[in-house]
Amino acid sequence: MMNIFLLSVGTLWQREIIRFLRQRSRIIGAFGQPILFWILLGSGFGDSFRLPGTSAEGDYLEYFYPGILAMVILFTAIFSTIAIIEDRKEHFLQAVLVAPVPRSAIVIGQALGGTTLALIQGVILLTAAPFAGIPITVQGALAAVIVMALLAFALTSLGLVLAWRLDSTQGFHALMNMLLLPLWLLSGAVFPAASAHPLLGWLMAVNPVAYGVAALRRCLYLARPEAVLGLPDLGLSLLVTVLFGLLAFLAAVRFAEKSGG
Amino acid sequence: MTPEIAVTVRGLTHTYGERIALNAISFEVPRGEIFGLLGPNGGGKTTLFRILTTLMTPSGGEASIFGIQVAQDPAAIRGRFGVVFQEPGLDPKLTCLENLIHHGRFYGMRGSGLRNEALALLGTFGLAERAGDLTETLSGGLRRRVELAKALLPGPDLLFLDEPSTGLDPGARLELSAELQRLRKERGTTVVLTTHFMEEADRCDRVAILHKGNLVTMGPPEELKKSVGGEVVVIQAQDPAGLGEKLRERLGHETRTVDGSLRLEHPRAHELIPRIVEAFPGEVKSLTLGRPTLEDVFIQKTGQQFWNAEEETAGKAA
Repeated sequence: MMNIFLLSVGTLWQREIIRFLRQRSRIIGAFGQPILFWILLGSGFGDSFRLPGTSAEGDYLEYFYPGILAMVILFTAIFSTIAIIEDRKEHFLQAVLVAPVPRSAIVIGQALGGTTLALIQGVILLTAAPFAGIPITVQGALAAVIVMALLAFALTSLGLVLAWRLDSTQGFHALMNMLLLPLWLLSGAVFPAASAHPLLGWLMAVNPVAYGVAALRRCLYLARPEAVLGLPDLGLSLLVTVLFGLLAFLAAVRFAEKSGG
Repeated sequence: MTPEIAVTVRGLTHTYGERIALNAISFEVPRGEIFGLLGPNGGGKTTLFRILTTLMTPSGGEASIFGIQVAQDPAAIRGRFGVVFQEPGLDPKLTCLENLIHHGRFYGMRGSGLRNEALALLGTFGLAERAGDLTETLSGGLRRRVELAKALLPGPDLLFLDEPSTGLDPGARLELSAELQRLRKERGTTVVLTTHFMEEADRCDRVAILHKGNLVTMGPPEELKKSVGGEVVVIQAQDPAGLGEKLRERLGHETRTVDGSLRLEHPRAHELIPRIVEAFPGEVKSLTLGRPTLEDVFIQKTGQQFWNAEEETAGKAA
């Protein structure tokens, strides 16, 4: 049984990667997007990110950069779960559902596939950190990759929760746009909780994505913790991100178990 | 030891809200049999198929596969059977071989053993040269063959096929049928298939006819056809009801009106033709004589034309 479990997780993950590599438009999008940001950040457009009326050059770009990382992961992770709806439409999933594969193995395979794809984009973009003025260290970068992986897994699982419930990609897009943008806007990616309206500050305190972004910031500034004062500490941020991933994953498994395909 | 009965269905009932999709269906399929579920679309075949393949829980009654109840322990029997769904379930972005290999892993197969088995099966189905082609480049008929190879890869004792002939040309249908016979002979594979093609049902060992959720009759195709009578005369008339009345009064033959034509079943119906034509000049527009088919069986049991039954249910669904 364990054998089938692991084989199934592996084969579903592998399939996600093969499918990705065989669709040129997806490759162009996946590599193009971080490279575009890379050029934007690297070629001196940094000043454009300055807010009118502020003097400190590049400060906002430096603040916004982890937010861009989070955004790239958020969107890639979640939209990779559209594949589940397509699998249903192409009826590929039907054959998996009548095979002796535990539903949890199907969900893990799908989640790891999405996580991998999101992580690839995140890592490419991470190499642009110095252009944004972030004093990143090797340890910090490695820690950031781990945080990105956890965040990507949590968000892919969140996408799967919806994907297993819905049968149209249009519905998925509509719901996701409603859910994703606020999750990202109120994650501390765009503005800090400290300067926000108390109500928004409260929303940010209960937004699990905010803890993922906080963990990411703390890793990027591993060498200079004084730059990220006021953020939840690393331990709490990681704990919330892991719990968020676990809950979303269990919810996705639950929906998968209820689904007849 | 595999039990002698592959599939047992007892008092199986399923409702969608008010609509009864299956009404207390019962039948058994012994091992090694090729069993056909014949009926118009909307007759309950697909519901029954989804229940048997563990994709749906019935509202009432029981269905078991190799003695294990489907609703109670779906995990225990998945893996005992192979399924070819009506809708193509291949991954278009994977090659034929990759589709099979991924599928095999869901059944615990792996490594070179899996690869060799997959290649051998593709060879059996005449797909050896297409093994490395993406399935999106294959014709509908070839894709069906990959589907069948995929379902057979784990070596199941029981094969479920949902409308396997849909999208196949007549030649490919015969081939499929021969393939199923061969599997039964070589591996003792039990086959349960749904179909709305009479010729396909004709090639099954036994057929169960489903209509509006009821199992109207069941048996070997030859026996079912014999039960209708020797021959069937179909009469197109100006006034079918009137003519039917007169046929009974004057010649003593019972007829049935189905969709505006009169049907007369009789062991030697051909001898009646001249008498009918002479007795009612001008009333008979045309007249055809035939041996009963499974369609006649369906008509006799339900009082409806097969294809009209299909439209009727389709209309209701829409």
